[in-house]
Amino acid sequence: MNFLARTWLGEWLTGLGRIAVMSRDAVLSLLTWKVTWKDLLYQIYFIGIKSQSVVLVTGAFTGMVLTAQTYFQFHKVKMDTATLAVVGVSMCSELGPVLTALMVAGRVGAAIAAEIGTMRVTEQIDALRTLATHPVDYLVVPRLLASQIALPLLTVESIVLGISSGYVVGVHLLGIDPTYLLDNMLKYTGNIDLEIGLIKSFVYGGIIALVGCYKGMTCGMGAEGVGRATTEAVVYASISILITNFFLTLVLQRVALMLL
Amino acid sequence: MIEVRQLKKNFGTQNILDGVDLLIESGQSAVIIGRSGGGKSVLLKHLIGLLQPDSGDVLVDGEVITHMNERQLLRIREKFGMVFQGAALFDSMTVEENVAFLLERQRKYSPAEIQRRVAVALEVVDLPGTQKKKPAELSGGMRKRVGLARAIIYEPEILLYDEPTTGLDPIVSDSIDQLIVRVRDHLKVTSVVVTHDMRSARRVGHQVFMLHKKKIYASGPPQELFASSDPIVRQFIDGVADAKENVF
Repeated sequence: MNFLARTWLGEWLTGLGRIAVMSRDAVLSLLTWKVTWKDLLYQIYFIGIKSQSVVLVTGAFTGMVLTAQTYFQFHKVKMDTATLAVVGVSMCSELGPVLTALMVAGRVGAAIAAEIGTMRVTEQIDALRTLATHPVDYLVVPRLLASQIALPLLTVESIVLGISSGYVVGVHLLGIDPTYLLDNMLKYTGNIDLEIGLIKSFVYGGIIALVGCYKGMTCGMGAEGVGRATTEAVVYASISILITNFFLTLVLQRVALMLL
Repeated sequence: MIEVRQLKKNFGTQNILDGVDLLIESGQSAVIIGRSGGGKSVLLKHLIGLLQPDSGDVLVDGEVITHMNERQLLRIREKFGMVFQGAALFDSMTVEENVAFLLERQRKYSPAEIQRRVAVALEVVDLPGTQKKKPAELSGGMRKRVGLARAIIYEPEILLYDEPTTGLDPIVSDSIDQLIVRVRDHLKVTSVVVTHDMRSARRVGHQVFMLHKKKIYASGPPQELFASSDPIVRQFIDGVADAKENVF
């Protein structure tokens, strides 16, 4: 048992160390700008444009269900018109960035790990290295940058759609007064909530790309190795996002209180 | 010049190389032969820094590469070209994009010049007009030839071939051998070929090294090594299995 714990802990710490080294390499590579626009734009297209459907459906239905649930509770204390204010703050600072990141982690994190993992098992990464190309420059940096550009944009989309669909449900389905509903939402949802959401999504974009790339580049041999790397990329990225979200919320809300 | 000194490598508890010494002069064509799973490809990957040894050194033009990090190795690898056993072509790219990969990244040439060089490289490997094909549309032999075109387009000083004829029919194998000799003589490169194809070894090598029991067991010019009376060398060259392996 001790041996198992030591092995597991050892592997976990080694993994953390390797991701840290890969992140350092990626930052160094960014400073010398070895990325080609073609690669970057393709990755933005793949991560941003191709994730539209999942993000739009997630944003819209999260906004709708949140509006309905909040209304049913607030209606008991006659606070119906505060419904959209709760939806606005929740969507901007928590649900928008977190759910978008989780959906993108499932789609993009898995795709990144599978693609790079397949390249590894078919010696394409070794071929890159023999062609005097650092795998981090060519594989990691474009995906990292693209993910950190695309995720905040997707998050904004998800927030806008979540609040809009919440408004439609609140006004047309639940019969809340639209003027007060909108006024309260604007009164209690500040710029700072949106800024917190955007900072979070920028960080999650980095997590998704780094975990996906790391799992792909270190995957085991054969189809089983690629399959395992793909699963682990999604699981580890999702867990990291949820854990990071807690600490980011504490820190960012505290900073926000100091600034206001 | 490539020099290997007392190279040792283990994967976990399995010992692969146990004190390999090797010297390949510039312009020479060296062939490394040995049994399957004997560590030939592992040795080849050490020469270009794809693997790091547990101990021992690899020197390229007098420079020790074994202690270099990945970024320092990039400068050394510009001297090398490598043809992989499975070709290792980038499957998301066309043949043209594969062959032009390094030139595109170097940003030294205009697109027209890159296109011209790609066409010349594909002509050299007898694959003209295949620029727009994807690797999946090519046969095994064609893929290896595209791999060779990708390796020679930037005119490296050293070319490494990992089992270039394995899995190919005798006619395609012969054409690959001819290609290796043509590239060697035309570009005056140092070649290192890993193979267990004896006909290929005889044809392309100036010097043959036999890897046996994790060390270089025998070496010499092909005519000398192929005439050897050493029982282990003879057994490998003649392709005779041990009696215990003939159970059925």
